[in-house]
Amino acid sequence: MEDILLKNKLDKEQEYFINMGPQHPSTHGVLRLLVNLQGETVKDLKPYCGYIHRGIEKMCERYTYSQIIHLTDRLDYMSAHINNEAVCLLVENALQIEVSDRVKYIRTIIDELTRIASHQLWWAAAGMDLGALTTFFYGLRDREKILDIFEETCGGRLLVSYNCPGGLMYDIHPNFQKKVKEFLIYFKKKLPEYDQLLSGNVIFVQRMKNVGLLTKEKAISFGVTGPSGRASGFSSDIRKKEPYSAYGNVKFKEILREEGDSLARYKCRIDEMWESMNIIEQLIDNIPDGSYFTKMKPIIKLPEGEYYQRVEACRGEFGVYISSKGEKNPYRVKFRSPNFFNLSALDHMSRNQKIADLVAIMSSLDLVIPDIDR
Amino acid sequence: MFLYDFSELTSSIHNSISSVMSPLATTVVEMVIAGIVFLLFYALVGLILVYAERKICAFFQCRLGPMRVGKWGLMQTIADFIKLLMKELIMIKNADKLLFNLAPFIVIIASFLAIGAIPFAKGLHALDFDIGVLYVMAVSSIGVLGILLAGWSSNNKYSLIGAMRSGAQVVSYELSVGLSLMTIVVLAGTMQFSEIVEAQNTGWFIFKGHIPALIAFVIFIISSTAETNRGPFDLAEAESELTAGFHTEYSGIKFALFFLGEYMNMFIVASIAATVFLGGWMPLHIVGLDSFNMIMDYIPPFIWFISKTAIIIFIMMWIKWTFPRLRIDQLLTLEWKYLLPINLVNITLMALCVLNQWHF
Amino acid sequence: MNSFTKYFSDLFNGIHSLITGLKVTGSYFVRPKEIVTQQYPENRATLKMFERFKGELTMPHNNLNEHDCTACGICEMNCPNGSIEIISKFDVIDGKKKKVLDKYIYHLGMCTFCGLCVKTCPSDAIIFGQGFEHATFERTTLNKQLNKPGSVLKKEVKE
Repeated sequence: MEDILLKNKLDKEQEYFINMGPQHPSTHGVLRLLVNLQGETVKDLKPYCGYIHRGIEKMCERYTYSQIIHLTDRLDYMSAHINNEAVCLLVENALQIEVSDRVKYIRTIIDELTRIASHQLWWAAAGMDLGALTTFFYGLRDREKILDIFEETCGGRLLVSYNCPGGLMYDIHPNFQKKVKEFLIYFKKKLPEYDQLLSGNVIFVQRMKNVGLLTKEKAISFGVTGPSGRASGFSSDIRKKEPYSAYGNVKFKEILREEGDSLARYKCRIDEMWESMNIIEQLIDNIPDGSYFTKMKPIIKLPEGEYYQRVEACRGEFGVYISSKGEKNPYRVKFRSPNFFNLSALDHMSRNQKIADLVAIMSSLDLVIPDIDR
Repeated sequence: MFLYDFSELTSSIHNSISSVMSPLATTVVEMVIAGIVFLLFYALVGLILVYAERKICAFFQCRLGPMRVGKWGLMQTIADFIKLLMKELIMIKNADKLLFNLAPFIVIIASFLAIGAIPFAKGLHALDFDIGVLYVMAVSSIGVLGILLAGWSSNNKYSLIGAMRSGAQVVSYELSVGLSLMTIVVLAGTMQFSEIVEAQNTGWFIFKGHIPALIAFVIFIISSTAETNRGPFDLAEAESELTAGFHTEYSGIKFALFFLGEYMNMFIVASIAATVFLGGWMPLHIVGLDSFNMIMDYIPPFIWFISKTAIIIFIMMWIKWTFPRLRIDQLLTLEWKYLLPINLVNITLMALCVLNQWHF
Repeated sequence: MNSFTKYFSDLFNGIHSLITGLKVTGSYFVRPKEIVTQQYPENRATLKMFERFKGELTMPHNNLNEHDCTACGICEMNCPNGSIEIISKFDVIDGKKKKVLDKYIYHLGMCTFCGLCVKTCPSDAIIFGQGFEHATFERTTLNKQLNKPGSVLKKEVKE
């Protein structure tokens, strides 16, 4: 008995904690992980959130519905347009406003462009996390093309602010279709390069394979959605399950993998880029004519009740819950941000892995920290 | 026989000094001169290599690299160096002050000791031991001591992990470096650098020793990259995992010394590779083509040496800016499961080649 | 024997994948045309922002120093961050007391470029400008007055 106590005491004394973050190159933001190490092996870790908590949900209670939209940008800034769309769809569904097909098509195209841009940045950062700095520049170079398209049509580059309840801020730029088609041709040439540089690389495959295993059951119980969940076989694509905007009109397949390791998550995202390009190709030539904006009352008041709208953001299911008392401001807002749930699985995935694996797992989860803290 | 022979020049300098001084004073003066020359060479190579690395990696990454300071950013490294000199030397609380300050100097001294044995041209080297290969291997591995001390004395957990990784890494890769050099020593039959170079008069060892020499060359490039802590084997720094590894807590000129040490180590291993495998300062000679050999002889040996070294440095940079970093257990797997067995087979193969006169 | 072939096939596949990667970076190294760097301060003359680019809020004035702002305050109401302050005064025009714009204060440092002000403005008095070089040494310089001194409301064209 005493031996066990002594051993426990020694174990306690010999615990080697390191703080990864809030300033650490691989956390991509102000996430703090308290990692308990044994040599190079991670025994367990605790994420400490809150370093970039801005109280967005509380702020939303004082904002009107059109003002809330620009705050959702600031959650997962890489899927800004998709987050905006969630609020817009919620308001439109609550007021039972039918937006024109043109709006739906444009929204869907920009959604998918956002997804490609987000995955490009993720690919860039994933390579950088594993030490291949060159990927970072290739990824950003290609992302720049999408940002230019955004800038021309929406006026913003990262936080586009293009959605508003009832439609879009303004119509697409005359060059939009031409530029998007040019981008598709360009990126179809560059995406195989991504594979040559990183996906097939023996060092990379060894670093990612069988690292951070997450079974389907665990993925469901942790609520890991998006490409990270789909890599474990958790079919969770909202675009398929509850088609919104123009997703009902296009044919695409949900990328599913069974392995559940970091390499599967990586490949899921690469395949999603191909699939997104496929969706855009189907839509870009068929944008119907129509109004880009449905006239709404200047002050939007949602009928009393509770509303929930979910969309497929770049990192998983993004949900907006709004409880309204019939005022021009919501009574309560809650965002279901995908990264918070994806982060919860990090401890489970990284146990008994090396500290370098922890970095690989984090980059394969593609965490965006402001989305975690809200 | 050789158009450019520096041994006459050095011996005339030696004679003129010794004619006015006692033997002891002569030695001291010559050491001081050699030291100053190497110091200047050091600063020059450091500046050029840092600039070259930044430009080369920029071109790999579709960038321009430094362009602001001077034409094509040529003065950039000088500006950076001045900035580093003026920076505050942060003293870490609870750090081991003596070892913390000593560590960067150990790294720099180790590379200093190694560079003395490298022949830059005929008769142009500071030391010409008959055990030159052994000496270089011995002193270049002192550098890891500095890294270990830096990591330990910084009183930083990241630094400590980086230092421990570096220790494990250098100890294992030292074997491969040694064995791949030994392969060539078997072929050359000597450990003296000057003799190794002169033995390559009729053809560089990488051609002479064909398959075993080529394998040894590849292994030497891989394992010496690992020994100098450069990517993809930069686990001791591992920027994305350990922030900056062993030199996390260093600032100012002490950091600059680590930085310079890394580049000098790269230069040293590249020049050893050039000397041992690619003939050092020896021009490209093909047996039977006398006029061709004559033309090649007109190119000064220093140019041959530097260009061979530059090519190897370029290859090392190319590797660094393309590949992701290995994990520590994979790094050791690579050494113990792949490089070391291949190396042992290879050295046997080379011995067979030499015994049966299979080499050219 | 099986593990023996596996050892070598792993080795050669690995080397092949590494060479594939080297080819990609190497091909970029020899093609300087692919360089995408823009040298910013030097290319100021050729650098054109897109017309919809949201650089800063501006209030267009015509050459008679007139603007369209009626000081209604809708933009101020719609702004989520309070970046717009409208200070109005009462002037006597044609014998009637009328609310006119005195100062249109725009706090650039607070603006999140959501575009609600421009969208909701009933008289299209404000638009987003293309200027993007906003770096200053003092935060107070980011508080701008958009209406030019002495400017007045554009007179309605009588038909």
